[in-house]
Amino acid sequence: MSPKTTPPEGLVSPERRKALETAARTVVGVGVAGVLVGAHQRSAEAMPAEAIRPPGAIGDERRFLSACVRCGLCVSACPWHTLKLADAGETVVAGTPYFVARKVPCEMCDDIPCVKACPTGALDHSLVDIGKAKMGTAVLVDEEHCLNFLGLRCDVCYRDCPVIDKAITLELESNPRTRKHAIFRPTVHSEFCTGCGKCEKSCVLEEAAIKVLPVRLARGAPGAHYRLGWEEYRKHQGPLVEGIEDLPDRAPGDVTPPSGVPDAPPIIDPTKKGGWKP
Amino acid sequence: MTALDASSRRNRATRLAERDAKKPFRGFWDRHRFLILRRLVQTGVFALFLSGPLIGVKIAEGTIASSMTFGVLPLTDPLILLQSFAAGHRPEGLAILGGLIVAAFYGLVSGRAYCAWVCPIDPVTDLAHWTREKLGLKAKGFQPRPQTRLYVLVMILVVSFATGTIAWELVNPITHAFRAVVFGATSGLVFVAAVFLFDLFVARRGWCSHLCPVGAFYGLLGSRAYLRVSAAGRAGCDHCMDCYAVCPEPQVISPALEGAAKGLSPVILDRDCTTCGRCIDVCSTSVFRFTHRLDTSETPAPAATRSNSTGDTP
Ligand code: SF4
Ligand code: SF4
Ligand code: SF4
Repeated sequence: MSPKTTPPEGLVSPERRKALETAARTVVGVGVAGVLVGAHQRSAEAMPAEAIRPPGAIGDERRFLSACVRCGLCVSACPWHTLKLADAGETVVAGTPYFVARKVPCEMCDDIPCVKACPTGALDHSLVDIGKAKMGTAVLVDEEHCLNFLGLRCDVCYRDCPVIDKAITLELESNPRTRKHAIFRPTVHSEFCTGCGKCEKSCVLEEAAIKVLPVRLARGAPGAHYRLGWEEYRKHQGPLVEGIEDLPDRAPGDVTPPSGVPDAPPIIDPTKKGGWKP
Repeated sequence: MTALDASSRRNRATRLAERDAKKPFRGFWDRHRFLILRRLVQTGVFALFLSGPLIGVKIAEGTIASSMTFGVLPLTDPLILLQSFAAGHRPEGLAILGGLIVAAFYGLVSGRAYCAWVCPIDPVTDLAHWTREKLGLKAKGFQPRPQTRLYVLVMILVVSFATGTIAWELVNPITHAFRAVVFGATSGLVFVAAVFLFDLFVARRGWCSHLCPVGAFYGLLGSRAYLRVSAAGRAGCDHCMDCYAVCPEPQVISPALEGAAKGLSPVILDRDCTTCGRCIDVCSTSVFRFTHRLDTSETPAPAATRSNSTGDTP
């Protein structure tokens, strides 16, 4: 047996052992600290629903946090003092920009200074038309208290919307309570809503009946395989599957609904979409 | 303490007092000039960011994480960018350009000049150290090895990678301090207070000289930087140890100051030297001076001081 491979007192000299121990202690100590930082980071990622990111912010919160260096350049660029940098201890990750629509909404500046100021791309520079911003989506969350739903003509959210008649329309329906008046239902169209929060800010109620929510909370999403039959019918100029039998529709009383849904005359006139103008 | 210790100590004290009496007079400015200059620069950095709100002239905007000066000069902290990379983001040109400018500056001039001249935590930990001395807290306390900061540096990159976010910004007292001053996000100051208390009660010079990954990063960045302190007058050193006492990284001094016998350069080449210049301030025999890393010239022992000590040169 060669003396090289088996020193009798074990493989490591006392000095080396001590050095290894110190190194191991450091690694473990720093590792534990790392796990704590990581865990804290994760727990801080759940944004409260009132906190809205600036225009152009990367939609996925995790990706936003990998990009935003918490410099505050967007905050200083905002001429309306809309944006705030989150402080430590807030539920928004410290140092990242956000706004609360009910306090100060985004004024949708044409030149989008906040996005221009961002050095990292956390606010996406490909956003050049503020009308295409998707900071969130307004949702009329409380039909029970919305004055228009009660049959009054408040209309304030509608009139304050910078994208009036596209992002919010007033849809007419009859008022079942009085049976002779109309309800002018404020209706948000997500395609055009930028999430600026002007409507939420302007709602005259104590607590706004219309609120901007982060897109992930505001919107549903069908399964990826889901198709709307009538749209597919239009695209293909006919049914997707040949030879479907059209069974008779059942309806109460003597109403006869139009049969064969796809080619039936539209029940809602598309020319009237969002049609009512004050 | 044994009687011998006490008497030798007294002897040393008397010796030093005698020596000091004979040395050329060094006024307050001579003994504090780099300290004062550093405090001015550190305050100046804040002033650049506050000029907008205070006097209505916007000089720099943003914070030390990333800023824009006069609308033309982008600056970004390269360590934050590195974490952003580790987290999986590809930052845009402006941030990268800013990061390169900052990295080039510290890489060429002096990496840890960031710590001594720019970082707002430096006055905080200096204050902790000063208070510690005033309170007579002798015990060094918890003293991790100086290399620990390198482990912390690796750790924050790993955590950034693992969590997909810029991890150190959650804790970083430097940017918390900036956001508190520039944006009024004052709760972040708890991290600054934590560092202060840590340095005061737990570990002597604990944060900046042992743990801070930002200092570690800038140290690495400046491993080959040019601006250096040289113990050019080391021949005149009278071993009063004042420089060791004032230096935040005393281990960097010995090779240069005491390396003459071993043929080592008088230039302090250790990357952990913060180029704070305090050794230059405090040395009563003017051993140290600022120079560049290639300048290994030395000044001979000042004959005047030597002959003075014999007592009777006119
Ligand atoms: S678009 Fe204008 S108002 Fe809105 S966050 Fe940006 S800078 Fe502020
Ligand atoms: S400018 Fe960009 S990187 Fe800076 S805080 Fe705003 S979003 Fe984050
Ligand atoms: S070590 Fe870190 S906290 Fe300390 S002065 Fe340097 S950068 Fe600032």
